[in-house]
Amino acid sequence: MPDKGLKPPEISRTSGAGVGRTVDISDAKIRELEAKARLLRRHILKMTHQVQSGHPGGSMSACDVVTALYFHILRVDSESPRWPDRDRFVMSKGHACPVLYAALAERGFFPVSELMTFRRINSRLQGHPEYGTTPGVENAAGAEGQGLSFSVGLALAARLDRKAWRVYCLMGDGEQDVGQTWEAALTSAKFNLDNLTAIIDRNGIQQEGRTEEILPLEPLADKWKSFGWNVLTINGHDMRQILHAIDEAHAHKGQPTVIIAKTTKGRGVSFMENVVKYHGAATSDEELRLALAELGEVPP
Amino acid sequence: MTSVAPIPWKMESQRSYFAKALIELGEKNPNVVVVGGDTTESIKTMDFGKKFPDRLFNVGITEQNMISIAAGFAAAGKIAFASTYAVFGVAHTYNVIRQNVAYTKLPIKLFCSHAGLTTGPDGATHQLNEDIALMRGLPNMTVLVPADGPQTAKAVHAAVDWPGPVYCRFSRTNFPTVTSVEDPFEIGPAYVMRDGSDITLAACGIMVSRCLQAAEELEAEGVSARVINVSTIKPLDTASLLRAARETGGFVSAEEHTVVHGLGSAIAAVVAQEHPVPMEFVGVQDVFGESGEAFELMEKYGLTAAKVVEAAMRVVERKGR
Repeated sequence: MPDKGLKPPEISRTSGAGVGRTVDISDAKIRELEAKARLLRRHILKMTHQVQSGHPGGSMSACDVVTALYFHILRVDSESPRWPDRDRFVMSKGHACPVLYAALAERGFFPVSELMTFRRINSRLQGHPEYGTTPGVENAAGAEGQGLSFSVGLALAARLDRKAWRVYCLMGDGEQDVGQTWEAALTSAKFNLDNLTAIIDRNGIQQEGRTEEILPLEPLADKWKSFGWNVLTINGHDMRQILHAIDEAHAHKGQPTVIIAKTTKGRGVSFMENVVKYHGAATSDEELRLALAELGEVPP
Repeated sequence: MTSVAPIPWKMESQRSYFAKALIELGEKNPNVVVVGGDTTESIKTMDFGKKFPDRLFNVGITEQNMISIAAGFAAAGKIAFASTYAVFGVAHTYNVIRQNVAYTKLPIKLFCSHAGLTTGPDGATHQLNEDIALMRGLPNMTVLVPADGPQTAKAVHAAVDWPGPVYCRFSRTNFPTVTSVEDPFEIGPAYVMRDGSDITLAACGIMVSRCLQAAEELEAEGVSARVINVSTIKPLDTASLLRAARETGGFVSAEEHTVVHGLGSAIAAVVAQEHPVPMEFVGVQDVFGESGEAFELMEKYGLTAAKVVEAAMRVVERKGR
């Protein structure tokens, strides 16, 4: 085949803004990231509450992973969102965009106050991510299962150009139903895309119920392994495990890595955790007050 | 006016012109990449791959994946062609094109062969007669239907500099080469290939040749027919078509595609709003095709010069009322 024989180039990661060594990370740094994740969760709840729509549950389950990426891993520059050598974060589970918007705002891509325009008319923060409008958003998503293929195109381009930037793709577990996800899985393995890291937010719940009831996925890790991926399974709410897994993914050569992040839908608010309803339902005024208190918001 | 190639027209492969143009591009520009889906040999993107083995990506029978990968390439600044048979590349992938390409405006170049009835013996499953309808319905999408091989090659080059996504359809079957190599080709303009004052025959793809033949026959009947090659269906050259409506007072559209939401519909919408004139639609009449040789099918499904002439005579008669 003419497209075989691509060797990963010998490249060294140059350090840039936002890059951290994840090994030997200090307890203080972990605490800082955990506080940031709580802040993002509060944003998620307020964004979805103000418009009484959106998907808080899956945003909160992915929140620790997204926090780790945006506040410790990704080399991105809010002053120059289209910087060609930036890392790419592809949000494949588009419905969880509140967590992405919250991270981008806190990372300086647009004002935090703009978060409260989410899903409103004339907003840059669409109900599902729009490409080219929202600073820092790298792809359009909403119809499930397209993000990993899009990431393959990005990763192949980086390799062709012998660039060190990396691609991170966050998928939902509902997206594991979609045939195209597995098309992309086959393709990533064919091209040995070790500059691509996929993360599955394995919260076990999709729109209408438990994933194992709607369309069983287990043994999910074995499936990915058999598709030619390096598979890491972690607690997706343990900041140290998340950072460690991403570090391992960086070090792993010759294969793409998928991190199955075991998470809890609605994580961080006791009455939302593991409740199917909060996939696509916002909180009431009273629920919001209680939730924010649980997440450490100090009332004004 | 552009010129018409001398008769007898050479029968030439659009795929060969496509493949040659891709290689020319690849030589000029190291950023050109091609994504294919287990059809690289028949669609001849393999020729590009032989020359540039690290820039052809055969992703197997995963057309949705293929489109998204091309979009990812484009997002990283590559000039990305995605190419397979129309039925797989357009019909199987509609929502991927919608979300990852049209909505994003990422300038991928989706060049699909085996469009239309002339796909032939493979039958209805492979004869996509609805691709123009599907693609022109998408915001931000540009739709090209080259009339022959030379126009296919020119479409490849024109697509490179076009700022948004482009869909270009061509055929498995050799088409008569009706245009001249010297003629210009840009995305946008419709090309008047023959002047006339009594009626306009507006066509795309292989039906341009049929309309040129029809115009000859109509001349013998004393009807002066203008022939317009609408190689860009979207954005439509409304100025040229409205001028034709005003100057000739009647239209026949002709396309190797369903009459539902194709070229004829696009023209009718413009004409009805701005300058209503009698119009007839030659094309596949909202039915599926079947197995057969390309030109047998065109005969059976009414895609012939004779059908264009009949339609034109009806329009001329209605004009007189």
